[in-house]
Amino acid sequence: MKMVWSMADAQAIETGASKPNSFNIITLVRRYPTLTALIILLIFNFIVTPHFASWRTLSVNLTQVATIVIVGVGMTLVIATGGIDLSVGSLMAISGAAAPLIFLSTFGKSHHALGIVLAFIVPVIVAGLFGAFNGWFITRFKVQPIVGTLVMFIAGRGIGQVVTNGNLQPFKNPDFQVIGLGHVLYVPVQVWIMVILVGLAAWVIRRTLFGRHILVIGGNEKAARLAGIPVDWVKLGVYAISGLCAGVAGLVTIAINFSSDANLVGMGMELDAIAAVAVGGTPFTGGKATVVGTLIGALIIQLLRYTLLANGVPDAVALVVKAGVIILAVWLQSRSRAR
Amino acid sequence: MSEPLLTMTGMGISFSGVPALTDAHLTIERGEVHALIGQNGAGKSTMIKILTGAYKRDVGTIMFDGKPIDFSSPQEAQRGGISPIYQEINLIHFRTVAENIFLGREPKRMGFLDVGRMNREAAELLRRFAIDIDVRRPLMDFSTAIQQMVAIARALSFDARLVIMDEPTSSLDEREVTVLFDTIRKLKRDGVSVVFISHRLDELYAVCDRVTVMRDGRTVSTAAMTDITKLQLIAAMLGRDLKAVSERSTGFAGVTGTKGGAELLEAEGLKIGHRVRGASLSVSAGQIVGLAGLLGSGRTEIARAIFGADPFDAGTIKFAGQTIKPRAPAETIALGLGFCTEDRKIEGIVPEMSVRENLTLALLPKLARMGVIDEGKQREIVDRFIKRLGIKTSGPEQKIRELSGGNQQKVLLARWLCMNPKLLILDEPTRGIDVGAKAEIQSLIKELADQGLGVLMISSELEEIIEGANRVFVLREGQTVADLTHEEVSEQRIMGAMAHGLDSVNEDGVVHG
Repeated sequence: MKMVWSMADAQAIETGASKPNSFNIITLVRRYPTLTALIILLIFNFIVTPHFASWRTLSVNLTQVATIVIVGVGMTLVIATGGIDLSVGSLMAISGAAAPLIFLSTFGKSHHALGIVLAFIVPVIVAGLFGAFNGWFITRFKVQPIVGTLVMFIAGRGIGQVVTNGNLQPFKNPDFQVIGLGHVLYVPVQVWIMVILVGLAAWVIRRTLFGRHILVIGGNEKAARLAGIPVDWVKLGVYAISGLCAGVAGLVTIAINFSSDANLVGMGMELDAIAAVAVGGTPFTGGKATVVGTLIGALIIQLLRYTLLANGVPDAVALVVKAGVIILAVWLQSRSRAR
Repeated sequence: MSEPLLTMTGMGISFSGVPALTDAHLTIERGEVHALIGQNGAGKSTMIKILTGAYKRDVGTIMFDGKPIDFSSPQEAQRGGISPIYQEINLIHFRTVAENIFLGREPKRMGFLDVGRMNREAAELLRRFAIDIDVRRPLMDFSTAIQQMVAIARALSFDARLVIMDEPTSSLDEREVTVLFDTIRKLKRDGVSVVFISHRLDELYAVCDRVTVMRDGRTVSTAAMTDITKLQLIAAMLGRDLKAVSERSTGFAGVTGTKGGAELLEAEGLKIGHRVRGASLSVSAGQIVGLAGLLGSGRTEIARAIFGADPFDAGTIKFAGQTIKPRAPAETIALGLGFCTEDRKIEGIVPEMSVRENLTLALLPKLARMGVIDEGKQREIVDRFIKRLGIKTSGPEQKIRELSGGNQQKVLLARWLCMNPKLLILDEPTRGIDVGAKAEIQSLIKELADQGLGVLMISSELEEIIEGANRVFVLREGQTVADLTHEEVSEQRIMGAMAHGLDSVNEDGVVHG
């Protein structure tokens, strides 16, 4: 597995575009508007924001963006098939509710190590199964994805509340909380997870049968069916993956919070993830996907908010600016695509 | 005779430089039912769209009721007295019948909807057609025929004087067709004119007074229905002179009589919806079998059913001696079938993807080891087929949408050829392709058949069928009406079978209907 590309290269390879022949700065800017925006934002911060160039700032920003990117990876695959997944926030709540139930149970307390392992694995699988249900529902009954996943958006959080009786589950369990608070080589664990998932998904899209089938389905579903591609299975797969990603993000979120609250975990996450995908340059019509773009998109949104807050702009205003950036990004991409 | 209700003369329109209509004309008398026919792309719909203001013409004059008109939208045309009734009936199925009739101009009292008056007037209007239904029930409670009546009633509530019906019978059963024809005759009695577009020639004789035939964007003939035979209509639509067979040649040089090895495909008594009502055909290895028939005769439906793209209701399909009932293309592809659709743009190419990706679309699973695609092998295959088929492209990474129609079609052919198929179903393989590429594709098809590939070829071009096919099946309204060998085939025979069925074809080579 080659992992030594620059981001720009990775973006180009994933989307199947040919490498630029000349490294002319203007063509680069035109080709990678999101990457350019990120770089401009970084330069601006190095000059204006006090203490920006510090390990701590980087760490804080990456930690905060990690869950969005993790969910965004699954969302990118779903959107590449021409669908959308509104249920991710609710699936985070389900996985977040399930983990403490396991490691706080009498079994989990008596078999500590096994309890922790199961608390990592079972909730993620459960979220993946709910995601697979989304895919089954959408393909079996030919429901529009936005409607099909809306069902789980509503029901999922309810399920999370029911299994916890609507109670906040506070805990302090350092072994489990490694996923949100731990570091490996000075880098937060969830940032490692994020980077690995982005790399893995980029590779899947680029090199595997499953990845190519995702793009073909998004590009022309009728042609895909006539070419014998198992369209329904592939769709079921992407929604299941989206569920798995949401499951992981749910664990990270409760680990950071020292508690699980099914009413709050993953609240609004579907919109943050969709925004990251949009800013990152994956078109909502399907047929193209850039997971690295989604990472960059999430970083831009995060960094922008940080910039405004660090420079004393209230959060309410930051939200408006965030909306503005999404519009700007989508507009820039529609222009670069029209060419 | 009084002056005509509608006169369209010298109509011309081009789309991005390609002329769709050239000096086309159409005259409709008051109170007549006028048939408008032609092959796909002949210009019928373009004429109608110009008339109703959906397209803006480049040249030509339209006189309606003695005045020149130039509608800029279908709404305006409707207010002016011209009401189209579309193929997919343009109504809201979950609203009531009355609401549908008055959609967009509901009667109001003091700004509020006057439901009582609306229901009363709607019922009154429908009673004109001897339809007595509860207008307060939602439209979807009623049959397609009634829904169509509602659409017609809606048109008349606009005081329409010209009603345009585009394939109105395509989704009706026989009894419903009778009801529709009665309605059309009533309209006529009330002095309303009707433009009737249909591919079912028998219907034209049942209900129309005159007919206009279009071909390649021109009006080629206008006649009273009583003065023109079915055979003449078909000849005019296809552009054939009944006496002199044109000298133009296809890329199928040297195809001779029935040849072929073992029987590959055999379909018996296929029934699919209302469209296909007992079709049979067979293809042997190394044979090119032509499937001829007018539009709507069920050609494409049969091909899709054999390929597993759509289900069929009755009949048997045998492939290499085994009965199959495919539920998805993947199943028939595994057996060695391939299918090039007639609708290259919508069902064939993945426009944003490269030639490489498009070419290997069906082959991908075979190129993958443990789910990872072997790109070296992929490139090698793509390069080989680009060379072998002479696909003109800047390289395998060029997006397929940037290629010409002929080269796109070659890529789609290669998509199946790289699978090493046993049988290829080609639906209109040369439609919309320039002459040079067309001959190339035709000679390629022949070469492949010579190497043992079975080919089932659907074509609207008689030439292609006559010169290319070793054996020809002719369809008429969803039934196989003739089975001819290459030697027996002639334009007259095919057209005769299309028009009249068995009767006009000589005893030899006729299959049971």
